[in-house]
Amino acid sequence: MWLFDKDLWVEIFHTLGKNMFRTFLTMLGVIFAMIILILLLGSANGMSNGFDKVFAGTASNSLFVWGQSTSEPYKGFERGRRIRYKIEDAEILKKQIPEIEVLAPRIELGSHRETVTVYREGRTSGSSVYGDYPEIDNITKKKLVEGRFLNKTDIEDSKKICVIGEETYKLLFDKSENAVGKDIRINGVFFTVVGVYKPNNNINIDGENAVFIPFTTFQKAFNTGDRMGWMAIAVEPNTKVPVVENKIKKILKTKYDIHPDDERAIGSFDMSEIFNNISAFTGVLKGFSFFVGIFTLLAGVIAISNILLITVKERTKEIGVRRALGATPRTVKRQIVVEAIVLTAFAGLIGFAISVGILAILNSLWGSGEDFPFVNPMVSIPQFGISFLLMVSLSVLIGLIPANKAVKVRPIEALREE
Amino acid sequence: MIEIKDLHKSYKMGSNSLHVLKGINFTAEAGELVAIMGSSGSGKSTLLNILGMLDGADSGEYILDGVPIKDLTETKAAQYRNKFLGFVFQSFNLINYKSALENVALPLYYQKVARKERQEKALNYLDRVGLKEWATHLPSELSGGQKQRVAIARAMAAEPKVLLADEPTGALDSTTSYEVMDLIQKINDEGNTILVVTHEEDIAHMCKRIVHLKDGVIVEDKKIKQVRAEQYV
Repeated sequence: MWLFDKDLWVEIFHTLGKNMFRTFLTMLGVIFAMIILILLLGSANGMSNGFDKVFAGTASNSLFVWGQSTSEPYKGFERGRRIRYKIEDAEILKKQIPEIEVLAPRIELGSHRETVTVYREGRTSGSSVYGDYPEIDNITKKKLVEGRFLNKTDIEDSKKICVIGEETYKLLFDKSENAVGKDIRINGVFFTVVGVYKPNNNINIDGENAVFIPFTTFQKAFNTGDRMGWMAIAVEPNTKVPVVENKIKKILKTKYDIHPDDERAIGSFDMSEIFNNISAFTGVLKGFSFFVGIFTLLAGVIAISNILLITVKERTKEIGVRRALGATPRTVKRQIVVEAIVLTAFAGLIGFAISVGILAILNSLWGSGEDFPFVNPMVSIPQFGISFLLMVSLSVLIGLIPANKAVKVRPIEALREE
Repeated sequence: MIEIKDLHKSYKMGSNSLHVLKGINFTAEAGELVAIMGSSGSGKSTLLNILGMLDGADSGEYILDGVPIKDLTETKAAQYRNKFLGFVFQSFNLINYKSALENVALPLYYQKVARKERQEKALNYLDRVGLKEWATHLPSELSGGQKQRVAIARAMAAEPKVLLADEPTGALDSTTSYEVMDLIQKINDEGNTILVVTHEEDIAHMCKRIVHLKDGVIVEDKKIKQVRAEQYV
């Protein structure tokens, strides 16, 4: 096969090598185009990875449900009635909706978004205080700096223990003081700290200044009876969150005599919506990068074609001589097309190497994703493969323009040209 | 070797038609050394181009080594040129970024001769024109006479049936011209058929036969006593 003909390659590299400077200038356009394409794609990937990291530890297929006040009068109840859930609701919902994977009830001391004073040896912190089940860890993962999170035994034995946030720790403890095993006081009740957690990057539902107490302990310590503030729910992977959300609301509305059209009584937040929005955003970003990159690449390849056209004009006589010596139009055409491919491919690889280098530098500077969602900005092998393939096929198509021009000149005219 | 019957060729110049060749009949046997003479516009270059398959005739017959040459596609013409013909041009037409050896090897490349054999053959032909030591030099490092000798080696490398030389000494001084003619004569002595287009009397007399062209017809065709170029070198 001619592709493996050593002489063809010797001939081509000879021709290109003898005009190093021109060859280099020709390639510049494609080098830059490839750099732009890879940088755009890599950045989009880095952005996407960054968001993934931000949301790591938060179950994407989850929702939160809490009670608000009614906006419609119904069955003799006035509007503005406060909806308070009972702990039994958790069991009812789990039983009636099999799509629910995890349901973690929660209760908060004071009203929502209000803080409670927590004491320790004369220091205070205004923190949120939650009664929780260990299952909550499956929905919003806590990164523990010290100790452990709540567990089943804590619930069963109603242990007077707590897990505190890093901010709370800073307010109540000295720097580098060991918090585990120490007591803190809330509303006159002492709790022993068993763990300190750090918030999960940027997503922060509970805040850093919070105290988590076993749900059962909370009930007894603060005398809340069978009340339940809100529920964090993880849905089975293949189920859409809004479907489950509607089922939950329907059950709760019937149970608490809420008007079927009352939109305000039950508060809920669909976590998957954010994820969908973000993946749509990064998807569009990637698509856009590809689009822009490919057109830049096209411009670069056209530049190669342009220079080859000039080259063909310059080499008219040479081509004439070659044809007088027996080069068939096919041979001449092939040589020019292969020159275009070699130039493009080589330039593309140089551009690829440079842009990967730049991405590696970017990665080492901002790749940790601390203050900007930008993690591991790299292109995947399929992405590179597609770009490269597209580039080479473009160069074949566009290399045909100068190639056809080269064979259109008749040898006699080419030779006459001085 | 070459047989031409009633060859006509005209060029369109706007609305006018310029009749360049008006019925040429010409035969050359194997081993002949023919000078084609004529003033500019006599049609001698056109004749050579048609003989070289670089241009087609309007009518008439052209038989080369028993093969009728007509209705050629570019590809077929290229193959015939490669197989049958060697070209020597006035302006040498060497490829300037290729060494002398690579220039000589080029027609062999198009004949698909293997690389090693090609190099050997090319070096052999360079040796025959006395330029073996210059094999790796670029054309720009060679004198005019040396360039033309490389061009002759290139034309001979493909072992053509006929060597066509278009004013081979046109760009050279007389001493160098005689050197080149000496080489051409020696190649002819080995039995090769050579056609030389020239307008110089002394060069023409170094051939064995002179064909005079005037206004597109052959006005004179005579065998002559060859003047050897050797004595002037």
